[in-house]
Amino acid sequence: MTAASGRSPHPGRPLIRVDPIACAGRGLCAELLPELITLDDWGFPMIADRGVPPHLAADARATVKACPLLALRLIPGPGPT
Amino acid sequence: MTRAPAGLARYARAGQPGPPPGRPPAPPALPRLLPAAPSGQPASLAEHLTRYGPRAAVLTERSRVGLLREVQESGLTGRGGAAFPAFVKLSTVAAGRDPVVIANGTEGEPASAKDKVLLTSSPHLVLDGAVLAAELTGARQVIVVAHRDAVAAVSAAAAERGRPGRGRVQITVRAAAGGFVAGEARAVVNWLSRGRPVPTAAYPRLFERGLGGAPTLLHNVETLAHLALIGRYGAAWFRSAGTPAEPGSMLVTVRGAVRVPSVLEVGLGTPLQDILELAGGPSAPVQALLLGGYFGSWARAEEVIGQPFSAAGLAGAGAAPGAGLIAALPADACGLAETARVVRYLADSSAGQCGPCLFGLDAVAGQVEQLARGERDGLPLLRRWLGQVDRRGACAHPDGAVRLVRSALRVFASELDQHDQGWCRGTRPDPVLPVPSRRDR
Repeated sequence: MTAASGRSPHPGRPLIRVDPIACAGRGLCAELLPELITLDDWGFPMIADRGVPPHLAADARATVKACPLLALRLIPGPGPT
Repeated sequence: MTRAPAGLARYARAGQPGPPPGRPPAPPALPRLLPAAPSGQPASLAEHLTRYGPRAAVLTERSRVGLLREVQESGLTGRGGAAFPAFVKLSTVAAGRDPVVIANGTEGEPASAKDKVLLTSSPHLVLDGAVLAAELTGARQVIVVAHRDAVAAVSAAAAERGRPGRGRVQITVRAAAGGFVAGEARAVVNWLSRGRPVPTAAYPRLFERGLGGAPTLLHNVETLAHLALIGRYGAAWFRSAGTPAEPGSMLVTVRGAVRVPSVLEVGLGTPLQDILELAGGPSAPVQALLLGGYFGSWARAEEVIGQPFSAAGLAGAGAAPGAGLIAALPADACGLAETARVVRYLADSSAGQCGPCLFGLDAVAGQVEQLARGERDGLPLLRRWLGQVDRRGACAHPDGAVRLVRSALRVFASELDQHDQGWCRGTRPDPVLPVPSRRDR
């Protein structure tokens, strides 16, 4: 469910990682990047496991920058295993 | 019995007690870590050396490499619950600069007593292991974080060893914070550095930047006690207990419907039935077992009672040895009510830092309480929330609670039906699983 856990089915794709301690559930990320981020029933972001596809790379960078609490990070995806 | 492996240095340093006179003692059969005949007192340094002989010390690079190889070949895994290979942690931290070693004896799990029993009966074994871990990784400082009931024993043991010589490993003993999450690895580091016993962000990893920014090796105290004996007697001896895939012995806390609730040491892979017999046998018909800890799993008694207590033996029932809790639920207790109490406690124990844990576990606990009361309308919502809470925190606290609830829904499925029809098998007045009173949380 979170980008930080599990193996990506798309090796090489960058992952969005949320720091759940820093996150306060403002929800901007889910509005900016609904393709990859949805909110749980309490308003906290759930990030798709599949990594950021190339056509969403720019949106993902913008979303990470827009987080008011700097709780999002883009990390390089795991290489092919 | 096995011979000490080649390259294994023994110590006899001025100012430290040398080996006792006469023949070196034979490596112990089970129990290895716990006293064969409990005296109720911590083993003194003299008693400790009489039983185990001198500790293994790293004197040269060659002995360091040799000992690390023994640890690797031993197959020792962490005994704090996650069963991570000890060698991987050790060698990763050894590659860093100026590391520190933390021996974690916080044991915030209310149902578990094995670390307290180990620290109060064999404190020198834990200290030996921690010092050896420091020598293997190049650390000069060891911090033992001991449950408040064990601080006195560990402090006395550390004092008994005298001040370390120049260039030797320094041992510090600190009292652990209370609370369920206080024993989580990063919560321990946070407690030591800032006095706040709550987890911190998952990255960077402790082996990269931990206490004071130093690469940090944090092991459960039992893991270190095993390490002390692997240093002395070698990998082959260690592997003479347990199974080939899961070697060695393990401390277990057996409680609930057994005649003699106790902390025992068993070889991994010992059938659960035999472990219950070692605890005096069942005191009532047993319907289910809680295995691993409060972050563990329920399993139906008939499904696991004949199984080996090991990851392989319990996997079929969706359980794992975890931190060694084995709690037997008698037939006249309600598994849903027991789970509801524990999950409420886990929700209350959330550090409150991560939204999904703070809000999600509270919601989950509320739904499980409804199930225990016989209202099952919320079951679909509960399943949805379990999916939303799982793996959503900075630490594994929410994951553990989710695992427990999912296992309860599986194992106590028939209770759900019974509750729906208005009856419950729970007739005993007292709860089985201990939960601290709200005031003490």
